[in-house]
Amino acid sequence: MNLGISATEFVSQAKAGTISVEEFVAKTLDRIKLVEDKIHAFITVDYQNALAKAKEIDKKIKSKDKVGTCFGMPISIKDNICTAGIKTTCASKMLENFVAPYDATVVSRLKSEDAIIVGKVNLDEFAMGSTTEFSYFGPSRNPWNVDYVPGGSSGGSGVSVSAQECLASLGSDTGGSVRSPASFCSVVGLKPTYGLVSRYGLVSYANSIEQVGPMARTVEDVAFLLNIISGYDSHDDTTVKNEHVDYTKDITLGISGKKIGIITQMIGEGIDKEVASATNRAISKLQDLGAECVPISLDAVEHSVAAYYTIASAEASSNLSRYDNLRYGFDFGTEGYEFKAFILKARSNFGPEVVRRMLLGAYVLSAGYYGKYYLKAQKVRAMIKAQLDEAFKKVDFLVSPTMPILPYKVGEKIDDPLKMYLTDINTITANLSGIPAISVPFEISSSGLPIGVQLFANSFEEKKLLQAAYALQETTNLPEVPL
Amino acid sequence: MTRIGLEIHCQLTKLESKLFCSCKAEYRNLASNSNICPVCAGLPGSLPMLNKKAVEKAAMISLALGCAIPEKIGFFRKNYFYPDLPKNFQITQYNAYGPTSIGSDGKITIEGKEIRIRRIQLEEDPGRLVYEGKSMLTLVDYNRAGTPLVEIVTEPDFETPKQVRIFLNVLADLVENVGISDPYLEGAMRVDGNISEGDGNRVEIKNVGSFRDIEKALHFEITRQQSLLERGIPVVAETRHWDDARRITVSSRSKEEEQDYRYLPEADIPIVLIRNESIENIKKQMPESIVAKRERYIKKYGIPAQVADVLSSDRFYSDLFEKSYNEKNAKEVANIITTDLLSYADTREKKLELKITAQHISDLADSIMNDTLTRNSGKQALQEMVKTGKSLSDVICSLDLGHVSDAGSIEKIIDEVFQEEEKAVAEARQNPDTINYLVGKVMRKTKGKADPTTTLDILRKKLSS
Repeated sequence: MNLGISATEFVSQAKAGTISVEEFVAKTLDRIKLVEDKIHAFITVDYQNALAKAKEIDKKIKSKDKVGTCFGMPISIKDNICTAGIKTTCASKMLENFVAPYDATVVSRLKSEDAIIVGKVNLDEFAMGSTTEFSYFGPSRNPWNVDYVPGGSSGGSGVSVSAQECLASLGSDTGGSVRSPASFCSVVGLKPTYGLVSRYGLVSYANSIEQVGPMARTVEDVAFLLNIISGYDSHDDTTVKNEHVDYTKDITLGISGKKIGIITQMIGEGIDKEVASATNRAISKLQDLGAECVPISLDAVEHSVAAYYTIASAEASSNLSRYDNLRYGFDFGTEGYEFKAFILKARSNFGPEVVRRMLLGAYVLSAGYYGKYYLKAQKVRAMIKAQLDEAFKKVDFLVSPTMPILPYKVGEKIDDPLKMYLTDINTITANLSGIPAISVPFEISSSGLPIGVQLFANSFEEKKLLQAAYALQETTNLPEVPL
Repeated sequence: MTRIGLEIHCQLTKLESKLFCSCKAEYRNLASNSNICPVCAGLPGSLPMLNKKAVEKAAMISLALGCAIPEKIGFFRKNYFYPDLPKNFQITQYNAYGPTSIGSDGKITIEGKEIRIRRIQLEEDPGRLVYEGKSMLTLVDYNRAGTPLVEIVTEPDFETPKQVRIFLNVLADLVENVGISDPYLEGAMRVDGNISEGDGNRVEIKNVGSFRDIEKALHFEITRQQSLLERGIPVVAETRHWDDARRITVSSRSKEEEQDYRYLPEADIPIVLIRNESIENIKKQMPESIVAKRERYIKKYGIPAQVADVLSSDRFYSDLFEKSYNEKNAKEVANIITTDLLSYADTREKKLELKITAQHISDLADSIMNDTLTRNSGKQALQEMVKTGKSLSDVICSLDLGHVSDAGSIEKIIDEVFQEEEKAVAEARQNPDTINYLVGKVMRKTKGKADPTTTLDILRKKLSS
């Protein structure tokens, strides 16, 4: 049995009865047991429920009952997305024992389509990081070379899909957290338009810019998942009431006659040579398919890292205030403490990166500094949006390398936050402006590490974006993961 | 000169659900922590969904207080750590970066004095701290967390605590009349005051339990500040708590006023656009104002100004009036409500116990006007109807209150009185001013049912014959 098939392939085989869901899920769980020691994608694996659910679905298929469109597809969920009955830790000591009493909207939508949640996957604590090294439970590792980081913060999602521990995963993308591990682990990852997918049940880090995003082996799989998780939610005031779109329909339409802008700020200086040449090869492939590619300059991008870390940290400092360990959290008695002392003691259990961002955020929001930092960052954000609006009058898509560099070794940048922050330069533009962006696996470097290419489209143009991503995917021929 | 400003927290108790979730807005008398959900308990991952009806109600009170409503409103997070605050920030409104709160720059005139309203903001109430018994533990009940309220901030336009009391009474009547709140529910309306003497520093007074106590707290604080200033001691800018048991204000020591709330736009709630036509719609839904009602009562029905004052400012009684009166008996209905009924039911609890209906009052007014009941019997009938809820005709029957106006029966009774009261009769013949004594005797014998005019006529005739 091949665990490396696409989610779409799995659905058609399960539907046809050529594979047993129970067998597939059991093999998947065996695979998890086999490889977890090396890659550490999961924080929690739900062995028992996953198998029971698989049996149930097989029964439904046999008796020709109505089955949800996922047909028991094993899926992993980033551990900052709430799942009723399974711990949601955010990879933090602060939520070590937290079990949400409710499902996130994206989770309940997947469940009602008969997806099987095999477990919760690793991330940087509260999604703050680019490598998954800042997890309270220890780092995840890249299946293409376990000495290397898998990207982050949705590292567990990228690793679990890439290492064939599940067919698909939901991550969250605040500054590139879906696309970075997608690129580093050679899977497809989409950051949808802000407001397309419900955030209800996604534990907030920077709530004005983040979205839940699907990760899978193929563009069609990502489109399939987007069909299920997107759309208005009466629990999230920021979701948009758009007409429902079938993202899988016409995905093979191609990009002939389309115009693509190459963002000059994202492919010039500071970019790894191998990444740059791979991106250039991707651009010529797109041209071969009939697209016209032109350079586009977005100079506001130069300020985007500073603006992003200002805004994200400010929101984080407020969003993470609630973790005082009074109502939920980790084992820690309340007796004998005066309130302030209790708060101090309880909140001293955050990891270093979270503390860094909360302090930074509290500082930029302080009386007298708001205008100097936060408002200025919002101006940069507005500038980026305005420049993108202009660009999309001229082109249908924008293209860049997803990450400016190849995956690096575990521990290499952990002591230099600024260097790590700068690796987000190509991804955060989509978050600050709200537009959708997708990372498509394109090549494997001479050192055997994945390289992804990023495509952007205008807000709510996911359908078009997925068509372009599909066209690019069809030009590639990637080896199987060596793990 | 004394300058006093107020911050009034007024819960929107007439709403069904909380400000950001579907839990009940009415949290009173429920088991602790039974009226909560992931949203109002601030669980990880939960998001606020703005209750649009709360925006409407807040707009109503803003309009009623003459405030301007901006084209768009937004919400901010006020960040501070406190155990009653599940998210450790409060979702509120904030105007420092351009007006986004529901109301601003209003005014209201109280007894000829104009009180300016700086702003009105819509926000969520925190939970409640409970200190039980002698235990050192502080318990938290989150049932109240997320209850919608408006904070009404005035300019420091009050000069005396008495003005404050009158203003608060008018404000309570007004929020009740607009139908946004029942100000008499426990904790529904809470007041903080700030007060300064001359050029002295401003002192904030918090923790005033009822808004009756605010007058006392302000009096105490004025005296305290004046005596400090007389001795040349500067007043410290601080927050003081009202100590209800000792009837004094006490420095709260905590440096709350120095706290930096690190305000941040609440991105989970999109900006709400308020179109002109929705303001017009809200205006249409608003009940007639107290002032307009008063004018109508005076002009249309000739109700005396004082009666109209009382009637229009009390939502319960003005509603009862509206349901009871007709073109002919309006004045009498107003009279019955404000003189007789009010004496039976002057508190919220008593009002709720009243068994009387509009029909009762209307019938009673008609009977008095067409002389089938004396005013005296009317009072007795009203008392009985209030208690039992029986119809007027039943009450008249059971209490034997029928009006005696035929001259024959009255003459017979007068004859009896003349026999029993020879001395008084002789005196009345000498001095007609003492005739009232004999009228009283007749009334006692008829239990007040005799028609006073007829009685007097016959008495006079008999005395002069």
